[in-house]
Amino acid sequence: MTSLTINGVSIDVEADSDTPLLYVLTDELLLQGPRFGCGLAQCGSCSVLVDGIETRACVTPIATLKDKSITTLEGITAYYAAKSGLASIPQSTPVQDALVAEQALQCGYCYNGMIIKATELLLNNPDPSDAEIRSAMNGHLCRCGTYPKIISAIKKASLMIRVAQQGEDDTITEGLA
Amino acid sequence: MKKTLTMTPVKRRSLLKAGGALIINFNFQTTTFGQEQRPLAGPPDPEQIDSWIAIHQDNTATVFIGFAELGQGCSTALLQVAAEELDLSMAQIGTIGLDTHITPNQGGTYSSSAMRVGGPQIQRAAAEARQVLLQMATEQLKVDFDSLQVENGIIYSNETKTRNTSYGELIGDRQFNLAFSGNAPLKNPADYKLVATPFPRKDFPLKAKGTYRYIQHLRLPNMLHGRIVRPRGQGAYKNGVQVVDINEASIASIPGARVIRRSNFVGVVAEKEWDAVKAAQQLEIIWDQPDSLPGNENLFTQMEKGLTNERVAVEQGDVSAFNEAFVKSEFKAYGPYQAHVPFAPNCALADVKQNSALVMCSSQDIYNTRTSIANLLGMETEKVRVQFHDGAGTFGHSCWDDVAQAAALMSSMVGQPVRVQYMRWDEHGWDTYGPAHIGKTRISADRNGKLVSYEYEGWQHHWSLIETSEQTAKGTPAAEWPPFPAQQINPRTLGGMYDIPNRYLLNHHVPGLDYLKGAWLRSPVDLSFSFVSEQAIDDLAFQLGIDPWQFRQQNISEFHWLGVLNAAAKAANWQPRPAAENVSNAAIVRGRGIGVGTHLASYGGAVAEIEVNKRTGDVRILHLCGAIDAGLVVNTSNVENQIVGQLVQTASRMLLEEVTFNKTNVTSLDWASYPILRFEQCPEITPVIVQRLNEAPSGAGEEVMAAAAAAIANAFFDATGKRMTMYPFTPERVLQTLAV
Ligand code: FES
Ligand code: FES
Repeated sequence: MTSLTINGVSIDVEADSDTPLLYVLTDELLLQGPRFGCGLAQCGSCSVLVDGIETRACVTPIATLKDKSITTLEGITAYYAAKSGLASIPQSTPVQDALVAEQALQCGYCYNGMIIKATELLLNNPDPSDAEIRSAMNGHLCRCGTYPKIISAIKKASLMIRVAQQGEDDTITEGLA
Repeated sequence: MKKTLTMTPVKRRSLLKAGGALIINFNFQTTTFGQEQRPLAGPPDPEQIDSWIAIHQDNTATVFIGFAELGQGCSTALLQVAAEELDLSMAQIGTIGLDTHITPNQGGTYSSSAMRVGGPQIQRAAAEARQVLLQMATEQLKVDFDSLQVENGIIYSNETKTRNTSYGELIGDRQFNLAFSGNAPLKNPADYKLVATPFPRKDFPLKAKGTYRYIQHLRLPNMLHGRIVRPRGQGAYKNGVQVVDINEASIASIPGARVIRRSNFVGVVAEKEWDAVKAAQQLEIIWDQPDSLPGNENLFTQMEKGLTNERVAVEQGDVSAFNEAFVKSEFKAYGPYQAHVPFAPNCALADVKQNSALVMCSSQDIYNTRTSIANLLGMETEKVRVQFHDGAGTFGHSCWDDVAQAAALMSSMVGQPVRVQYMRWDEHGWDTYGPAHIGKTRISADRNGKLVSYEYEGWQHHWSLIETSEQTAKGTPAAEWPPFPAQQINPRTLGGMYDIPNRYLLNHHVPGLDYLKGAWLRSPVDLSFSFVSEQAIDDLAFQLGIDPWQFRQQNISEFHWLGVLNAAAKAANWQPRPAAENVSNAAIVRGRGIGVGTHLASYGGAVAEIEVNKRTGDVRILHLCGAIDAGLVVNTSNVENQIVGQLVQTASRMLLEEVTFNKTNVTSLDWASYPILRFEQCPEITPVIVQRLNEAPSGAGEEVMAAAAAAIANAFFDATGKRMTMYPFTPERVLQTLAV
C-alpha cells in the first residue's frame, strides 16, 4: 500500500511500489489527463506536476512519490488558482483558454503534456520570450505539428495572466485585442 | 439515452471515499452507442434520408456521418455543411460516432476524402430533408411553398407571418421513410452563412479540459488488458513472425498474467495494465529471425536490380525530343521509408462472444475492418459490429487494423473483453510504413525556357494487404494490394502541372514481400516524387539563368496551379533572381526555394527558407509558406490548421525521419531512434488558402506536402550550389553532399 497525494487528495493505492505512477492514474484511478504515449520519458504525454515540477509519470515509480504533491490535468485549475492567489477555482486556466481561442489543436492527444508544461512555465516565468517558450516545451512532441499554434497560444495565455495580475494596464491590454 | 457501456466496477473504493476533488467521469458518452435507433447491421441504404439525418422533437438534428474524425476537424466541417443546407444553427446539430450498425458507408476516410466525397453527400441529404420538411409545412400552414423561410429550424411563411412551425414539430423523432427525390435544390454559395467560415471546432474545449474520450480511455466491463508480443522491429514482410520456443514460466511471478497464443500470434493478458506491460516484456521467447532484409545500405540497389512489374502511366508525344533540347537535366534521387507513428500508440477493445463481436477501434474504414475481423474470427459479417473511436492523429494506415485484430483474437481466446494497446516499440517497429522510393528523371527545355520533354521512372512497392495479427494467427500468407494508382507514381505531381508536349512516366512495381510492410502515409510517396522531379525542374531554370518562380510561371497555364504558385511566392515576398546566386564560402549560409505538387486532387505551392551550417551539416528550416487550392474551403480555420500541420510534418520528414533496419529487423523503435521535429526546430509557418466558393471541395489534408518538400530541397541548392539526392537531410548526408 502506497499513500499518494493527488490533486490535493490523499489516496492509498494497492499497486506495487515499483508501478509507474501513470498506470495508477490511468488504470486504477481512471483519470483521463495523463495518458500513455511512449512509456520511455520521450514524449510528454503522461506529464504531471510533482511538487510543481513537470514529471514523466510513465517512468516514475510510485515508491518515489511519498510526501509529494501530484497534480494532474484534472487538478490543474485548482492548482493554478492556488498558485496565482485566485479567490475561486476557474473553469479553465489561461493556457487552456488560449489553446481553444487559437484553435491550436488537431487530434489534441498531446495536450495533456502541453498544458502541464506550459502551466509550469508560466507560473515560473509569466512573460517568456519566444526562445524561452521553445526551450521549455522542447521535450514535448506533437505528431500533428501544432507547434506554431501552441507557441502563439502560450504567448496569449501569458498576456492574459499579466493583464489579470496588473489590472487595467493599457499597454498590455492593447496586445490582447 | 441509455448507458450501454459501464465501467469496470471500481475496485478503488478508498479513492472514491477520499472525496470529490479527483475528477473521475464514469459516464461514457453514450450517445455514441445509440443502437436503439438502428439495431440492424449496416450499412444503411444511402438513398434514404433516414440513413443520414434524424430530426428530434426539440428541433435539433443528428447527422450520421460516415467519416472518421482523425483530428482534422472534418466532423465539425461536415456539420457546417448540413446545418447550412438545413438552416439550423451549429448548436442545433450533432453527430454520433462511426458504427457499422448505425452510420452509412461513405467509404474509408482516405486521400482527404472526408470533405471531397462526404461534403457533397451530406449536403445533398440535408437538402432533401429540408425540401420534405418544407412540403410538410405547406400542408400544415396552408401556405404557398415558395413563401416559406427557415431560420434555426423554425419555418415561417411570408404570407402569414404569425403562423409558423418547426422541424421538430413536423417530424421530431419520427422517420422520413423517403428515398431521395434527386431534385432538391442546393443553396446558392452566395447565401452561405456557415460554410466558408472558421467555425470553432466542437471537440476543442473538451480536449483542452482533458475530458474528451479517446479510444485509449474506453473500458469495457470485466475486461482484461492485453499486449502483443513480437520481436522488437519487423523483418521482411513475407516472414511474418516465427516462434521457436516460449517459456511461459518466465512470467509466473506476475499474478494473473497469462500467455495467449494462436500459432505465431502471441500476446499476454492481465487484469492490471501494468502487469500486462511487464509480462509482455518479461516473457522469454525465442524467435526465428531470418536475415533476409536488404538493410538500409542495400535497399535501393536491391529495389532497382530485382525483377519489377512495369506499367506506363503516361505516354504523350515523343520524349526523344530530349536529345535535341537546349538544356537538359538528368537527376536520380531517393526517398526513405517513413513511419506514421501516431503520438499515442494504437488501441482497440473487443468483446467477442460465441455468436457476436463488438470491436471498438480507430479504423478509418469500419466496414472494411468488419470484413477482415469476420474472416479472422470465422463469423458472419453481420454478427460483427465495428465502431470507430478516435485516438491520436494517424496520417494514414498505421497499426489500427492490426491492433483491432489483435484485440478480437485475444478476446475470442480468453472469452472476456480485452483492451489492447501497442507499446511504443510495437507501433514504431510494426507499422505499415510509407514505402521507400527511387526516382529517375530526364527533363529538357528550349532556349526560351519552355519545357520540351519530361521522363520519369519510379520504383516502389505496394501496400500490404494482410495484417500481421492475421498473418501470425492464421498463417495467411503476406500479400500486397492489387495495383491501383494511389500506390504508384503520381502523374499530377510528376510534371502534371506544367505544359509539356512530350511526357513519359514509367512505374516499376517492386514486389514487396521481401521488404518492410507498406501502406499509405499522408501524401503517399509524393514527397519523394517532388523531391526528384521539382529539383530537376529547378535545375533547368538554373542552367537557363532564370528565376525558379518565373521559370515555373512561364511553363504553367492551368490557373489553379498558377494560383497556388503565385500565392506562395507572394506570401514569402519572393524577389526574382536565379538560384544559387549568393553561394559563398561562409560557414553558415541561407537559401530559398520554391516548389509545386499535390496528391491526387487539389493544388499545392510552397516556398522554403533554410539555413545550412556547412561545418556541422545541420540544416534549419527558417520559414515555410504553403498555399493550397482545395476548391471550396468549408471551414477556413480547419484548413489553415491542416496546412500548418502539413508544413511542420514536411519539415520533420525532410530533416529527420527515416526508418532504419538491418538485415533482420527494423531498428528505429522509439522517438530517440526515429526522431521527429521539436519546438526548437520548428520553422515559422505561413499558411495560405486559395478559396474557390464556386468549386466543389477537393481535399486539403495532404496536398501541400509535396510542394513543401521540393521547396526545401531547392532552398538547399540555392544556399550551397549542391543538390541533395536523398532525404532526410541528416548532418552526415549534408556533409557528404557538400564534400563532392
Ligand atoms: S508516455 Fe511518458 S513521456 Fe511519453
Ligand atoms: S495535436 Fe495531435 S499529437 Fe499534438
